[in-house]
Amino acid sequence: MHPAPSVILFTTFSGMGLGLLAFLGAGFPTPQGLTAFLHWGLAYGLTVGGLLASTFHLGHPERAWRAFSQWRSSWLSREGVAAVATLLILAPMALSDIFGLGLPRVIGWLGALGAFATVGTTSMIYAQLKTVPRWNNWTVPALFLSYALTGGALLAGQSTPALAGALALAFAVIFHFQKGDLALHMAGETTGTATGLDRIGAVKVFEQPHTQPNYLMREMIFHVARKHVPVLRLIALGGSSILPWMALFLVPLSPLTFAVIAVIHLTGAIAQRWLFFAEAEHVVGLYYGER
Amino acid sequence: MTSLPTHVEKQLGLVIDLDTCVGCQACVTACKGWNDHSHGLSDADPYGADPSGAFLNRVHSYSVQPAEGAAQTINFPRSCLHCADAPCVTVCPTGASFKRSEDGIVLVNEAACIGCGLCAWACPYGARELDPTEKVMKKCTLCVDRITDTSLPEEDQIPACVRTCPTGARHFGDLSDPESKVSCLVEARGGYDLMPGMGTKPSNKYLPPRKKDRLETSPLAPLLDIQATGFAGWLDKMLGKLS
Repeated sequence: MHPAPSVILFTTFSGMGLGLLAFLGAGFPTPQGLTAFLHWGLAYGLTVGGLLASTFHLGHPERAWRAFSQWRSSWLSREGVAAVATLLILAPMALSDIFGLGLPRVIGWLGALGAFATVGTTSMIYAQLKTVPRWNNWTVPALFLSYALTGGALLAGQSTPALAGALALAFAVIFHFQKGDLALHMAGETTGTATGLDRIGAVKVFEQPHTQPNYLMREMIFHVARKHVPVLRLIALGGSSILPWMALFLVPLSPLTFAVIAVIHLTGAIAQRWLFFAEAEHVVGLYYGER
Repeated sequence: MTSLPTHVEKQLGLVIDLDTCVGCQACVTACKGWNDHSHGLSDADPYGADPSGAFLNRVHSYSVQPAEGAAQTINFPRSCLHCADAPCVTVCPTGASFKRSEDGIVLVNEAACIGCGLCAWACPYGARELDPTEKVMKKCTLCVDRITDTSLPEEDQIPACVRTCPTGARHFGDLSDPESKVSCLVEARGGYDLMPGMGTKPSNKYLPPRKKDRLETSPLAPLLDIQATGFAGWLDKMLGKLS
């Protein structure tokens, strides 16, 4: 699949932002005044910025409001509804922290649930697709949720959940690579099943149907830099999970070190998310004899 | 609404005969022409160095090697299969993508399409392409504006690809009626689904190429065994000894 920068930025930034929203909502930590404004501002900034980035790849962003209507059937619609609901629920909690209004924390807990639910719906947009076998399994929700947990905990300065998150993340990243490499083979689809001509014999492409790449090929068949996969996998695993995990033990923790660890984590997250798209094979490629 | 209908009154669709398709691309051209004139199906840089455009029908060509005998060239038209369990419909966040309960045709309401592309991701068959200038999703409509237009002569009230096919490799009809011509064809010729493992329950069917006749021996074979006589026979023998 084509690794569109807008979607990579959207999923990493909004995932981290929603994670931070969840921690702030739950009251870990409970900053006040200006500190609260900066914390909540960062969380809202990342989440809203990510959501806006996701509209850049739309053909008609001005119609995006229509995407809230089909929550009964569509994971993408559910994501939109869940994101907006979460941002609205948490707004009074944020104001309460900043201005010391003393609203009950239960509102924040509700918002924290909403934040993780939103991340879950984002992951299901990908995990629901049978056409992309690498995504069509439980490792995708595991990946997105542990990214939100780790990223959110690092930004919130919470070392215990960050350690737990980084550990969960290591397993999710490794399982996603390992399961993903076998997924297309396990799905059992070939050019033979795509055309049904396997009932006659061994099928190979004789001539392509068009001379220039089309929308399908640009969007769903991606070759460039798959050769860099081993190095990028190392950056993804090391940056998003192993380095932050080690740093949390070894480095004296302060807001500054948490910020540095969060940046390292984000770098790994972006590398992982690039691979998430670039390595994913869509079955339509089989018609073109490509993957 | 992006939920699928629980029941369709009929299921219109195509039956494509891979035995008779010669890969002439006439259906591709007819489809492009009709749809471009009716509701738009654009190209980007059509006369420039890097032309590209949206098509609703593409004809692939495969080389298939059976266990015995020579390889076969099989031309393979690919378009929307108007699936019973169309994943492109349920993923749509806006309700632009829908399946009609009256005839089972899968359509896009272009005015509500945000061009997110998720329906194209959800389709295993590559049936949907984003229009490069309109930025909305395009797909085969089964020429819904021809088949329902009673002002057209009756022979034209079928999809443009079917109307134009010079070898009669494309058939249009109601696949939910077991008595229909298309259903009889599917029954008689062993029509099959593409990628049934994807769980889409496609409506369009493909008829496999018929088994090829095999020439056991060449009709020219006796000529290869002619024994030379006389001078030519002597020369043949001598040359045989030298080589």
